Amino acid sequence: MLSRVADSLFWMSRYLERAEHTARVINIQLNLMLERGSKSDDLDWARVLRSLGVELPPEDVAGAQVLAQSLLHDASNQYSIVASIELARENARQVREQISSEMWEQLNRLFHAVRRGGSQEAWDARDFLQSIKEGAHLFQGITDSTMTHGEGWQFIQAGRFLERTMSLSTLVGAHFHEFHQTGQPSAERAYLESIGLLRSCTAFEAYCKAYTADVKPQRIAEFLVLHPSFPHSLRFSAEALETAIKDIGREAGSRRAARVERIAGRLRATLDFAQIDEIMGGGLEGYLGEIRRQCGQVHGALYQTYISYPIEAALEA
Amino acid sequence: MAAIAPKHSLPAPFHEYDLDDAFDEMVDRDGAVRPHYRHLYGALGALSPDELRRRQQVADLSFLHQGITFTVYGREEGTEKIFPNDLLPRILTRDEWARIERGLEQRITALNLFLKDVYHEGKILNDGVVPREIIYSCKHFRRQMRGFHVRKDAYVTVAGTDLIRMPSGEFVVLEDNLRVPSGASYMLVSREVMKRLFPELFRQCGVQMIEQYSQALLSTLRALTPQGSAQGSSEPTIVLLTPGVFNSAYFEHAFLARQMGIELVEGRDLVVHDNFVYMRTTAGLRRVDVIYRRIDDDFIDPLAFRPDSSLGVPGLFNAYRAGNVSMANALGTGVADDKAVYAYVPAIIRYYLNEDPVLDNVETFLMSDSTQRAHVLGHLQEYVVKAVGESGGYGMLIGPHSTAAQRDDFRRRVEADPRNYIAQPTIRLSRAPCFLDGTVQPRHVDLRPYILFGDKVTIVPGGLTRVALKKGSLVVNSSQGGGSKDTWVLD
Repeated sequence: MLSRVADSLFWMSRYLERAEHTARVINIQLNLMLERGSKSDDLDWARVLRSLGVELPPEDVAGAQVLAQSLLHDASNQYSIVASIELARENARQVREQISSEMWEQLNRLFHAVRRGGSQEAWDARDFLQSIKEGAHLFQGITDSTMTHGEGWQFIQAGRFLERTMSLSTLVGAHFHEFHQTGQPSAERAYLESIGLLRSCTAFEAYCKAYTADVKPQRIAEFLVLHPSFPHSLRFSAEALETAIKDIGREAGSRRAARVERIAGRLRATLDFAQIDEIMGGGLEGYLGEIRRQCGQVHGALYQTYISYPIEAALEA
Repeated sequence: MAAIAPKHSLPAPFHEYDLDDAFDEMVDRDGAVRPHYRHLYGALGALSPDELRRRQQVADLSFLHQGITFTVYGREEGTEKIFPNDLLPRILTRDEWARIERGLEQRITALNLFLKDVYHEGKILNDGVVPREIIYSCKHFRRQMRGFHVRKDAYVTVAGTDLIRMPSGEFVVLEDNLRVPSGASYMLVSREVMKRLFPELFRQCGVQMIEQYSQALLSTLRALTPQGSAQGSSEPTIVLLTPGVFNSAYFEHAFLARQMGIELVEGRDLVVHDNFVYMRTTAGLRRVDVIYRRIDDDFIDPLAFRPDSSLGVPGLFNAYRAGNVSMANALGTGVADDKAVYAYVPAIIRYYLNEDPVLDNVETFLMSDSTQRAHVLGHLQEYVVKAVGESGGYGMLIGPHSTAAQRDDFRRRVEADPRNYIAQPTIRLSRAPCFLDGTVQPRHVDLRPYILFGDKVTIVPGGLTRVALKKGSLVVNSSQGGGSKDTWVLD
């Protein structure tokens, strides 16, 4: 497979996962803000932005709500949902012949729906956010059932689960930083926020099945970080990422695959063999930071092996 | 152009079918249906207008869903358009086709000999058959190609020659497209659609196959594999090089690559190392042997040609000159389809093959010749004036349909740069039946067969018939409101 094609499929998938994640987080946040009856919207929005990986300098906090608004519709904001979906579509367009017509049509529909979404107020955007989520789910379902599960599909998987691992660890880290370490907010507030976090990972119901509705920080962390079979846990995502990377190595038959496979395997093992009490003891935020650092390494190694490798290295092989 | 009334006016859906002094493909001078159109004529009479409309919709949807579009340059929004396809086939008899085929084979053979000569000894120039200054002033002449041996002397591997039919019924060549001709995919797709829409008629008529085109193109490209390719007896790696998704013919590039089972690459997918061309794949670099390039000469290698090109591959030309990779078409073929050189093609055929041309040229006036120029500029209203290096219907003046201002503009342009223009008399292209607004009406058509030149010459029977869908219009280019038709050559 052409490296350029792999690159486009990988990023198409990453951007779509990002759009869906952003839509989910904002949607839940809108809910929470209603329940909190909060007066400090800007501070809340600043926190949401942080949980999406957007760091604001303190003097910009006052503009947080405007920024949050632009996260929905502003195509010039690289973190926005619109921008993510446009980029996903642009990547798909570059490899129109490599994906199924059904995939292309669904991505196109989603793209046009997002553009029609216009510039609604965030508060009126609930349906919009819901439709992004559904649209992205539909695309994933169509992808799985209409595309050969070969190398291209594996790059789509890799993009999706790499993005998910990174965005989840950012989200969970921001939550614990805010509510379980500094200043100790009221138990009621912490409860509300914890449920919000679970919902943001579509994990509330699954969590209740595992632990009942007894919401405790350490259990939440265990569930979202270490659960072996819940699809929005870090461990599950890292395993799926490693599987995709191993399958790519088999399909591409590259002799240089060992390095990226080792790095992806180490990421998976970091999550596989961890104990939640040790993680919490050593500091969850630091642990999640390490996960993100390793994700960056996987990305780098994947590109060096398959996509932007130096010519000399490839000629020696 | 007074309409000639047929002896008996035709029944629905042909009640709006009129005849004029252009050759009519379906009806003869006396208003009788030509024998090879009888099956179609009968079938159309038997179908209700609603049923015909339904089939037209099915065809349109099929084109839409396959994303068969082309891009119109020079406008901003909505530049991607569905290629209009007319429902009714254009039909040729076996004898008509045999003559065309013979003429095209003769022409491509002579043109390839001409290109080899022009880029080597230049005998035809020394002998004064073609004026030297016409060659050296041609903007598509590539001096970098001088003395370079093109694999199997196949300069033009793929040609798309435009033929028109004169009022006498005779086919003549309007222009040779020898650089990167497009449209073969429309020919193939519209055949598929027609087989679905008119299976019965198709079978009754006995239509010659064209489905082998992709296979023949692949074999032709394979024949160009460089000698001593390191891959020896194993399959050569052939790729189709496209400028990318924004190119007007991207659909065709993707379509042909898929049909041939070869990789569709962009410039950035290829790298040159030590004068070998490789493509970047996830499994590492893979050596490329033959490039079916759909990028113009100017853009193919920023080191050798236009330095601002981001579409091409730096170093590609050196790899090509080193004989490590073949390209189809070869670079520099544009010198043979320059419209001023076109005027000399009959002489070129006689010079190399010592035969009379089977297919004639359209009478052509060179604006670089002062006598001819004075004559044409005095009668601009009667002539079609064309820029010699343009294609796609851009840069031309159609005298009878022009305004005084347009003529003045062209007069100034011709006087400023005479070498850049030729003129031809306005020709009434032949007309073929089209399904429009629920009735069958005649429209002007041309014919573009595709000619492949490798170990042998291959021409699939028929080609792309282009239609000027606007009533009375003589311009068939898709960028100017033209459409296409399936072309049936009967067995």
